[in-house]
Amino acid sequence: MKLKKLSPLVNPQSIALVVVLLVNWALFPGFFNVTWQDGRLFGSLIDVLNRGVPVAILAIGMSAVIATKGVDLSVGAVMAISGAVAATLVTDGYPASVAVIAALAIGVLCGVWNGVLVAFLEIQPIIATLVLMVAGRGIAQLITAGSIVTFADPLLISIGTGSFAGLPMPVVIAIVLLFISVFVVRSSAVGLFIESVGVNRAAASLAGIRSGLLLVAVYGFSGFCAAISGLIVAGDIKGADANNAGLWLELDAILAVVIGGTSLLGGRFSIAMSVLGAIIIQAMNTGILVSGFPPEFNLVVKAGVIILIFTMQSPLATRLIEMRKTQRAVARKAS
Amino acid sequence: MVDHQTDNSFVLEARGVIKIFGQSRALDGVNFGLRRGEVHALLGENGAGKSTLIKILTGAYQPDGGEVLLDGEPVHFADPLHAQSHGIGTVYQEVNLLPNRSVAENLFLGRQPTRFGFVRKSLIEKNARELLSRYGLDIDVQAELGTYSVAVQQIVAIARAVELSGKVLVLDEPTASLDKLEVEKLFEVVTQLKERGMAIVFITHFLDQVFAISDRVTILRNGRLIGTEPLSGLTRTDVVRMMLGKDITFAPAVTGIEERAAGPALVEFTECGKAGKIHPFSLKIRRGEVVGVAGLLGSGRTEMARIMFGADQCDAGEIRIGDKPVALKSPVQAIAHGFGFCPEDRKVEGILGDLSVRENIVIALQGKLGWFKALNRDEQMEIAGKFAEDLDIRAASLDMPVKLLSGGNQQKVILARWLATDPNFLILDEPTRGIDVGAHAEIVRTINRLREEGLALLVISSELDEIVAYSSRIVVMRDREMVAELTGDNINPSVIVQAIAAQHETVSAEGASV
Amino acid sequence: MNRSLRPLAATAVIFALAYAASIFQFPGMFSTRVLGNFLTDNAFLGITAVGMTFVIISGGIDLSVGAIIGFTGVLIAVLIGWAGIHPLAAFVIALVVAGAFGAAMGAAIHYLEVPPFIVTLAGMFLARGAASVITQDSIPVTHEFYSKVTSTYWLMPGGGRLSMIGALMIIVFIVGALVAHRTRFGSNVYALGGNATSAALMGVPVARTTILIYTLSATLSGLAGIVFSLYTSAGYPLAAVGVELDAIGAVVIGGTLLTGGYGFVAGTFIGVMLQGLVQTYIIFDGTLSSWWTKIVIGGLLFVFIVLQRLVFSASSSRSKVFWKLKHE
Repeated sequence: MKLKKLSPLVNPQSIALVVVLLVNWALFPGFFNVTWQDGRLFGSLIDVLNRGVPVAILAIGMSAVIATKGVDLSVGAVMAISGAVAATLVTDGYPASVAVIAALAIGVLCGVWNGVLVAFLEIQPIIATLVLMVAGRGIAQLITAGSIVTFADPLLISIGTGSFAGLPMPVVIAIVLLFISVFVVRSSAVGLFIESVGVNRAAASLAGIRSGLLLVAVYGFSGFCAAISGLIVAGDIKGADANNAGLWLELDAILAVVIGGTSLLGGRFSIAMSVLGAIIIQAMNTGILVSGFPPEFNLVVKAGVIILIFTMQSPLATRLIEMRKTQRAVARKAS
Repeated sequence: MVDHQTDNSFVLEARGVIKIFGQSRALDGVNFGLRRGEVHALLGENGAGKSTLIKILTGAYQPDGGEVLLDGEPVHFADPLHAQSHGIGTVYQEVNLLPNRSVAENLFLGRQPTRFGFVRKSLIEKNARELLSRYGLDIDVQAELGTYSVAVQQIVAIARAVELSGKVLVLDEPTASLDKLEVEKLFEVVTQLKERGMAIVFITHFLDQVFAISDRVTILRNGRLIGTEPLSGLTRTDVVRMMLGKDITFAPAVTGIEERAAGPALVEFTECGKAGKIHPFSLKIRRGEVVGVAGLLGSGRTEMARIMFGADQCDAGEIRIGDKPVALKSPVQAIAHGFGFCPEDRKVEGILGDLSVRENIVIALQGKLGWFKALNRDEQMEIAGKFAEDLDIRAASLDMPVKLLSGGNQQKVILARWLATDPNFLILDEPTRGIDVGAHAEIVRTINRLREEGLALLVISSELDEIVAYSSRIVVMRDREMVAELTGDNINPSVIVQAIAAQHETVSAEGASV
Repeated sequence: MNRSLRPLAATAVIFALAYAASIFQFPGMFSTRVLGNFLTDNAFLGITAVGMTFVIISGGIDLSVGAIIGFTGVLIAVLIGWAGIHPLAAFVIALVVAGAFGAAMGAAIHYLEVPPFIVTLAGMFLARGAASVITQDSIPVTHEFYSKVTSTYWLMPGGGRLSMIGALMIIVFIVGALVAHRTRFGSNVYALGGNATSAALMGVPVARTTILIYTLSATLSGLAGIVFSLYTSAGYPLAAVGVELDAIGAVVIGGTLLTGGYGFVAGTFIGVMLQGLVQTYIIFDGTLSSWWTKIVIGGLLFVFIVLQRLVFSASSSRSKVFWKLKHE
């Protein structure tokens, strides 16, 4: 009975995370030490969570997009735009609340644009979102006039560096967003509709689902998540860096979703598992850093993870495993 | 009726071929013999097994039993390329060439002559022109294949297949999208090839064309061979009867149900048509009646159903529900009016394969309720459980993926999906095709029950005995047109067969049949 | 007009108009000097884009090209600077390594049936990571061969200089166009992009062609890495970040259909030149900033994607099959 209750927690992703954390601990014995200082928690573990937040938040939106058989390449660029909008507005004297709302609205708008291209112009998602991936950074630089716009607004800064109930603010934001999105997806019909459209859009439309509208909403949500991530990154460095904010994070977000077990072919998805995937990625990053490898060594490890996951999922591997099984069965019969 | 003789004049022969998919036998001991210099028509409704047979003959599938003989010798084709190298070429309805490349390149891809590693384009183009002129085709061979009509593409595909193979040519529904002149042109080519000694298999669902060009016909139904006969001894009625069959019998046809509901129409379509898809049709459907739709594949029956459900829009005509004219611009609107639609192609348009039986059943109801009035898991289980029991859906669990169910159970799941929305008008497109006998009977029972409960139903079916058993009225479709409405004593298989088989008087008068 | 030529024609017209407008505003832009710089500055991008053209025509995508440029740059710098190998030998080694890397990616795409997007993403991570593991810093290359190459140029009429690397790019484009349009391999690439199933049925060796396509793209990226190394006289692991996007942009703007099957190597040349023109205009203007390049490229990308969507969906085979009664 007890085992059954625990079984949802025992899955390849959790095991992978535990393994990565243990390796980190072996490399760096103080890894699990968490201390309480100045009213907040400190330690490598907290750091993993905090650093993993931007990708984790992107992965929340990306999960829904990938579940519809899509992909959103523009999230990194949208992060840059959102940060640029917020930073420029506060330096121009607008209140931080206005800046935050404007940044989020722009993020949603970017997502809706992608959604319209995908849903109504029926352009392949990878191509449709490429447009904003290319142009988005330019737009962000246009907004910041090419420089890094720094700001001193306490509210914006606290989004990136503050703390709440002992936890870093980004972690709190990610947890809240995770709970809200899981709640919305699972307590409304949205999750079912997303999976239906991802599995078979033609059949879902014939069953009376407004698939076009749904796709626009999903891409809009992905844009919204990207905007939040952009605000956190901007708050963290107290400025908007249009060139580097969110650079390549779209790829990490896709990887997090894939590690979380959502298929790129759409259908079943789990937002929580995607977030777990993002934490695994960050734990690997941290492990590589503490063990003294150059940070770019990450890329090699990530490439290895991608190759491993897709080789295991590939039809060829499935065939090979089946062949082995039958061979074994035959061998058993013979003996 | 089965052609048992061992005939050494067969170029290509299938003996007792069996093919099994999952639990169902797509082909069950089928014999087929093809002679040199004949056009051999292969007929059967969807799911009869004709495309499976063709795929086995051309190497795309391997048979699970029986054997294939080429010139009297057993052969084993690993893939279509292998069969092609043994002289068997195939031309598909969806032309399997490259629309993005030039005509010349399509003819010579894979065997282009080269000099110093460079393709000799002008030589290829010259050869292509020569080759096509033999087929009476004088076109710009440098132009993209995709810019030509399907007829030209078909002839190019035939030219390529004949050039590479030269013994047997399989034409898989080549005329499905051609107009009359194009068909004539294609037939000239086929006749010419026949005279050169090619053995030609011709698959189509246009009876006129079968009689126009074929020497013999083989008819399949439900994976079994019904017969191989010379066409000279057959009438159109014979052929239709063989195709639609009479071997499944239901409770004796209930007559006298037709006028049970003479009340006002629930939904009325007036002169609804769509250019190129279906001629304008008018039809009233009342509560408590089943309108059966008979007609061969390609007769416009599915197009009619899609318009009725708002999946396609008619470009003329009026739709009224009760007294109010309505627009049906999308399935969402049709569902809001209480419509439901079980599509013909279950896999592509019906089931959500990776989702559970439960989710597949509640999806339309949930779609109707909207994004935020979500049914929780218990409610879903209750609804799914109720309909699974009502329709006798056999699933190990309501949480298993629907794709693992048998075809009959999948069909029942889709039916359950609509019943859960409490509909007043159900459109069922071939609800009993390709499913096992038990599920078949269950669906027929359900249709009868729903009619008695006061629903309006429109059921499309190729099974004549079945359709006369539950229909209050039957409309007959032919050549994308509603050609007859049968009531009372006229609801019987022979009248339907005659209506389907009747010559289309206007075809020869008009240039095109569309 | 042949419909696949329409996007190409549109690109050519846009380029001509844009260039004319630029000359009208800055007459100085009409000179072979500007042209020479154009070619030199965009040589590595152009060479990469030729490989990308083949990949995209076949219906794939290659995200690894920028990383391979970075990796080859570092490899060459290390071979020359640390191992003391002659640059020419280093170039050969770099090309072989890059080609083998591409072949591995092509094999993974074909045999593991993993989407090209994912395989080349892993390739990108791997190449960038490997380069960074070798060195974190920029390694300068000082070799007399380098100074000889970079100081060699042909004088064009009007005083413009056609550098070795600019000329190399032009040669790559010419050879690329010949391979695409005049060889069996080229035909097979188009066939794969048109319809892989049909292509296989028609006897196209799908496995070999797929592997060759990615080998070609990676080898050309390696060549671009050599050019970049000559251009900057250094090897830096983070060099050419984002070049994959510029290359994809150039290919699409050059009239190649992103979903595969249609496209021209010559169109890609115009696509590269159009990007170069935007950059040159910005330099001449002096007040505009470099980010406008990205916005203009993004905008053009959008226009071309929608244009292609309209041109090709209007007469896609699917919609034609049933209803259009076309006449010969």
